[in-house]
Amino acid sequence: MKTIFSRPRAMTETITHYCPGCTHGTAHRLVAEVIDELGLRESTVGVAPVGCSVLLYNYMDTDMHQAAHGRAPAVATGIKRTRPNLTVYTYQGDGDLASIGMAEIIHAANRGEKITVVFINNAIYGMTGGQMAPTTMPGQRTTTSPAGRDVDNVGYPIRVAELLSTLRTPSYVVRGSLHTPHNIIEAKKAIRQAFQYQVDGTCFSFVELLSICPTNWGITPVKSNEWLEKNMLPYYPLGVYKTPEEN
Amino acid sequence: MSKILMKGAEAVGEAAIRAGCISYFCYPITPQSEVAEYLSKRLPEVGGTFVQAESEVAASQMVYGAAGAGVRIMTTSSSPGISLMTEGISYIAGAELPAVFVNIVRGGPGLGGILPSQADYFQATKGGGHGDYRFLAIAPASVQEMVEWVMRAFPLAEKYRNPVMVVGDGLLAQMMEPVDFGCVEPTPQIDVESWATTGCKDRPANLINSLFLDPLKLEEFNWKLKAKYEAMEAEIAYEEYKMDDCEMFVVAYGTTSRVVRTAINALREEGYKIGMFRPITIFPFPQKAMRAYGENPRVKSVAVVEMSNGQMLEDVKWAVLEKKPVEFFARNGGIVPNPHETMEFLRKSYEKHGGTK
Ligand SMILES: Cc1ncc(C[n+]2csc(CCOP(=O)(O)OP(=O)(O)O)c2C)c(N)n1
Ligand code: SF4
Repeated sequence: MKTIFSRPRAMTETITHYCPGCTHGTAHRLVAEVIDELGLRESTVGVAPVGCSVLLYNYMDTDMHQAAHGRAPAVATGIKRTRPNLTVYTYQGDGDLASIGMAEIIHAANRGEKITVVFINNAIYGMTGGQMAPTTMPGQRTTTSPAGRDVDNVGYPIRVAELLSTLRTPSYVVRGSLHTPHNIIEAKKAIRQAFQYQVDGTCFSFVELLSICPTNWGITPVKSNEWLEKNMLPYYPLGVYKTPEEN
Repeated sequence: MSKILMKGAEAVGEAAIRAGCISYFCYPITPQSEVAEYLSKRLPEVGGTFVQAESEVAASQMVYGAAGAGVRIMTTSSSPGISLMTEGISYIAGAELPAVFVNIVRGGPGLGGILPSQADYFQATKGGGHGDYRFLAIAPASVQEMVEWVMRAFPLAEKYRNPVMVVGDGLLAQMMEPVDFGCVEPTPQIDVESWATTGCKDRPANLINSLFLDPLKLEEFNWKLKAKYEAMEAEIAYEEYKMDDCEMFVVAYGTTSRVVRTAINALREEGYKIGMFRPITIFPFPQKAMRAYGENPRVKSVAVVEMSNGQMLEDVKWAVLEKKPVEFFARNGGIVPNPHETMEFLRKSYEKHGGTK
């Protein structure tokens, strides 16, 4: 008998704590598959964020470092600069990366740190119970924007991939989505390319993944995928925003 | 080994390299930016890593990453910068990682000033950031001592898997003094394979973490930290200066101890039997040794001189347990007490409590 599907070697046997339908698990698996395919398990350090995916370290069978809220790119810098032979990636939510950690991500990208960043944009703070994120959509109701995000009061959602692609330092910046099987396959290709750039010592690499949070969006997973497609996709267009070759 | 004349801040940088620390993450702040300037030139020469971070918050997290990766690591800053670093420091303490921090203290609060101060004593000795953690905190009083303690700080941090803080001020960082780097033998780094993020080749995966979702486990961890801080008492260091016959002793550390020494030397000529007890480790505090002097019937009073509103004073009072009166003199805000005003204070305190001549 031939095995055609199994748990990636880079993942542990632990059952995740995520809500039904949550895309964190999907994203974890894609990262783990890429680590396996590139043969990096024994030379990888993952940096876990503060957010729903804080327990990423329980699910990955690689060396892991749990960072302070938003600081994963700085922690990754400390690891990569002192042990350049390791493959170092961060995995961060949108509150973590685009709010409290904005300085760390911009400067890590601008220094051209040879790390990979996987950025989960689910338009909300999941872990703390559904507060507004910098990526929350205009009009979107959250526990701290009960009347819907008022752009006159708090501004528009931040498009991180676009923002990072304005930096002159060579990098790979791409936005994918996890709301359909096709998009998941495309997202994996982007993650693989991002890790490949790091392994080759080419540049900083950044993969934004549009994701869902059915629990705090207050709708079913199926409806969440539809909501993402209808509301997030037009505002957060998918595609490659920057490649190192462009420079 | 021959001595070379060096500015304190640069000597700190060189001491780190001699101790085997060839990675440095920092953010500039007066009065210690020369450490960064020196290491930005020196580290590439020794194949090391220098990164000027976007903030002290980030610098401390880079230190956290590097410490987790099991390399010898140091950063330096001054008071407002150390406040920002307390986030990383708390995580480093929580993840039980070795790392060395140098605080060249300046006057505060807020932006304060840039001149010598001891206003961060509480921050260095009582924790500083959130959670129940401590540094092993050391307060040298000369450029030579600063070099020696920076070099010793690395193996100490590794021995206890805990951040070590070396506390100085603008006087120690900015002045030039002769230094001998050969005084401390560099020690080999401890084996880090069992815990550091070096890549999980031929071993189970390692995790650097400070999260405990189970309160019983977190409590157990806090007890473990408590035991560790108690074990650090083995490292207690202090200097006794003319204590043998003293009827009053002065407690002073770092820069103020230099002034107090000058004052004592002059007052001894006038017949005052005054000594100095100089804590070198300020955490753990040399409480037992100080208490023994406090209990000595010959000693009539104790004096504290520091550049703060009386931060170490609290530890001294606790050490002598009201067995002897404790007099206090301070200059603050960046002003170093001069020998004359110090002598005047010491004369008065000595006479007030019936010291003989
Ligand atoms: C310094 C600090 N501030 C606030 C928090 C509380 N906190 C934990 S997770 C979180 C938001 C996480 O949201 P996001 O990054 O979007 O990730 P998600 O949970 O949606 O995956 C916040 C504010 C914290 N742990 N530390
Ligand atoms: S709260 Fe949202 S982001 Fe967090 S696990 Fe549940 S669905 Fe996922």
